[in-house]
Amino acid sequence: MTPFGPLGRRIKRSRRGGVELRLPEEEREFLRSLAPEMRELLGTPDDPAIGRLFPPAYVDDEDHQTAYRLLAGTELMESHLAALEVLETSADAERLDEEQAHAWMRALNEVRLVLGTRLDVTEEGTERPTSRNDPRLPAFAAYDYLSQLQGELIEALSG
Amino acid sequence: MATAPTEVREPDIGEDVREDRPWVVIVWNDPINLMSYVTFVLQKLFGYSLEKATKLMLDVHHKGKAVVSSGPREKAEVDVFRLHEHGLWATMQHDE
Repeated sequence: MTPFGPLGRRIKRSRRGGVELRLPEEEREFLRSLAPEMRELLGTPDDPAIGRLFPPAYVDDEDHQTAYRLLAGTELMESHLAALEVLETSADAERLDEEQAHAWMRALNEVRLVLGTRLDVTEEGTERPTSRNDPRLPAFAAYDYLSQLQGELIEALSG
Repeated sequence: MATAPTEVREPDIGEDVREDRPWVVIVWNDPINLMSYVTFVLQKLFGYSLEKATKLMLDVHHKGKAVVSSGPREKAEVDVFRLHEHGLWATMQHDE
């Protein structure tokens, strides 16, 4: 059983530009709920999963890295937050313009990066929990759903 | 087979060339970003063709990393920042 309904063709290129969203209300509600959760997590920068959203620009160059962090850290945080806000405020939209669609793409990816880091996702494909009582089940379901949705969004935008 | 973007010779605008050795921007493989997403982002940020962006993405995927852009430090830093905005694992270093 999946809480997210059948997969496929929920997002398509709009003739007016941008993309059309055909998402059931439960999915929209789930997407809307991501922004507040992420905002709270972004307040805990020491969390390694959040650290994944702020990679170092310089390796083996502490001075330059410190300067980069000072210069760009706040702006990067604001950029991540801005993408999440677009997702939150347009979760009910029937259609996203190009700019909103790109913000969705980034916001969905931010959540995937945090979940994937938490779940220790590997290139080879991480085995999904088999027990219904596994506490990681909701996070895996969310990760897989967001991966699918992001894939559809990219396909629509690339078309 | 060359993997780095072709280097464009900038006109001399009086910068100290020794201070301004070219920097390269590297994208590293990670298990989370979708291959289609990496390709899309490289096209969007650098204006690369689908073919070039796909080739760079495959280099990242198979070789673990790829040089996606190069230039003076300030430009490289902007490129890295924009890649970080998109959640890609990007770093910069002096061209070797």
